[in-house]
Amino acid sequence: MVVIVDFLIQGTQMMLVLLLAPLLTGFVRKVKARLLRRRGASIFQPYRDLLRLMRKEVVLARNASWLFRVTPYLVFAATWVAAALVPTFASGLMFSWTADLIALIALIASARFFLALAGMDVGTSFGGLGASREVMIASLAEPAMLMIIFTVALIAGSTQLSSIAGFMASSQVGLHVSLGMVLIALIIVAIAENGRIPVDNPATHLELTMVHEAMILEYSGRHLAMIELAAALKLLLYISLIASIFMPWGIAVSGDAPEMLAIGAITYVVKIAVAGFLLALFESAVAKMRVFRVPEFLGAALMLGLLGTLLLFVSQGL
Amino acid sequence: MDRLVFDIAHLLAGGLVLVSFMLLYQNRLYALLNIFGLHAFVLSLSVAWQAYIQNAPHLYVTASIALLLKAIVIPMALHRIIRRLGINREIETVVGIGPTMLAGMGLVALSMSIMLQITAEAGQLAREDMAFSLSVVLLGLLIMVSRRNAVSQVIGFMSLENGLVLAAAGAKGMPLVVEFSVAFSILIAFIVIGIFLFRIRERFDTVDINALDSFRGEQQ
Repeated sequence: MVVIVDFLIQGTQMMLVLLLAPLLTGFVRKVKARLLRRRGASIFQPYRDLLRLMRKEVVLARNASWLFRVTPYLVFAATWVAAALVPTFASGLMFSWTADLIALIALIASARFFLALAGMDVGTSFGGLGASREVMIASLAEPAMLMIIFTVALIAGSTQLSSIAGFMASSQVGLHVSLGMVLIALIIVAIAENGRIPVDNPATHLELTMVHEAMILEYSGRHLAMIELAAALKLLLYISLIASIFMPWGIAVSGDAPEMLAIGAITYVVKIAVAGFLLALFESAVAKMRVFRVPEFLGAALMLGLLGTLLLFVSQGL
Repeated sequence: MDRLVFDIAHLLAGGLVLVSFMLLYQNRLYALLNIFGLHAFVLSLSVAWQAYIQNAPHLYVTASIALLLKAIVIPMALHRIIRRLGINREIETVVGIGPTMLAGMGLVALSMSIMLQITAEAGQLAREDMAFSLSVVLLGLLIMVSRRNAVSQVIGFMSLENGLVLAAAGAKGMPLVVEFSVAFSILIAFIVIGIFLFRIRERFDTVDINALDSFRGEQQ
């Protein structure tokens, strides 16, 4: 019986991230539109877009290989698994022993690897350009992400997200300057990984500086729907990651009463909404930077992570 | 309680190192000045916290000198100087920002490893303050070396002095006379440098230090 309940809660979490992800994207777009004094599309528009794309036929290039057709499903599956493992409304779920930070990074990195390959598969210049830029950004973002993981793992004594969230919610965390640095670094990495505004513009198709959109330019129909959904899931994943590490208040623990789970779910939705609003505010306030400035931006994240680790060694070595 | 005292001191001193890195990262002159003001502000907070936990009232004087002179007066004066000089507001660095940052990280790691070994017998707070202040000093030197613009070299010099004040505050405070003389010598140095800036500008139409090298007849 307990197993079934655990299984149900885990299943709820998986469906929850899948259902919430387009809503978050729609919400961010709506807030951005309102900040620019436009009316903006309904926050449910991403669902309609996905449905429409699902019904449309797939147009394939004549020289597209099997890799090109398989990649959308691979990317979607890897991202969905990663997003479903991050503690959202409850920690310590059935599969949370697999929710290791390094495993999450590996899942996202393999999704990106296949997407970059698919971008080059058809042989158009745009796809290759997008793929090379994506890999450049990734090669800078991943070391920074590793330093962030080191720092968090040194503080919490674990790389498993459920125990990190539990540790951060307890009172033994203390005041660490490293945590603040790591938070900023993680936000920078999240912005770069999701292709949000200072690094890449998610709303444009006709710009020479685009990264993600250039890579998926050849996709259509249900393939495009899969990739769009995976991109929305990735945004939700990073926001849940930041929320579960740095704002773990209200997360229910497995085995709690249903009302605790409900409270966890409500606080989770509130956290997501606040984070989405802040993201939209930030994106409206800054200008997109040149591609050649991106290494400096991500270098700052790497430096913050490195500095956080160093300072942590000082305070723990005393 | 003791843990919290240490954590806050750590937070403020670590924040000073972080702001030093922000100085190193910045490539606009006005933003550099604002961040220098922030640097001095964090320093004064840190010194005031030391005064509180060491129960040493004269350190409050040090903190207020840092706040008034370095966080308000000097940045405002430099703002005026830049406006009067009418120079280009972009800072030219000798090497790119990335290598400079890596060098800065190396310097921080170096000062941590040196200071934590040397000061093995000292108290916890003093050790940590020494390690952080050496990093701030070295980062200030790095700013001076890696910038071509004379105004940003002045900023590097001033942030170096902030590191010295942090060290002095951590080492059970320094006598008030010393503190005053240091503060005034910094002010005098600032005035002298300011005059020099105008002389350099008059002579070479730029505050780029490279112009001086070619004037001496060195190879470019």
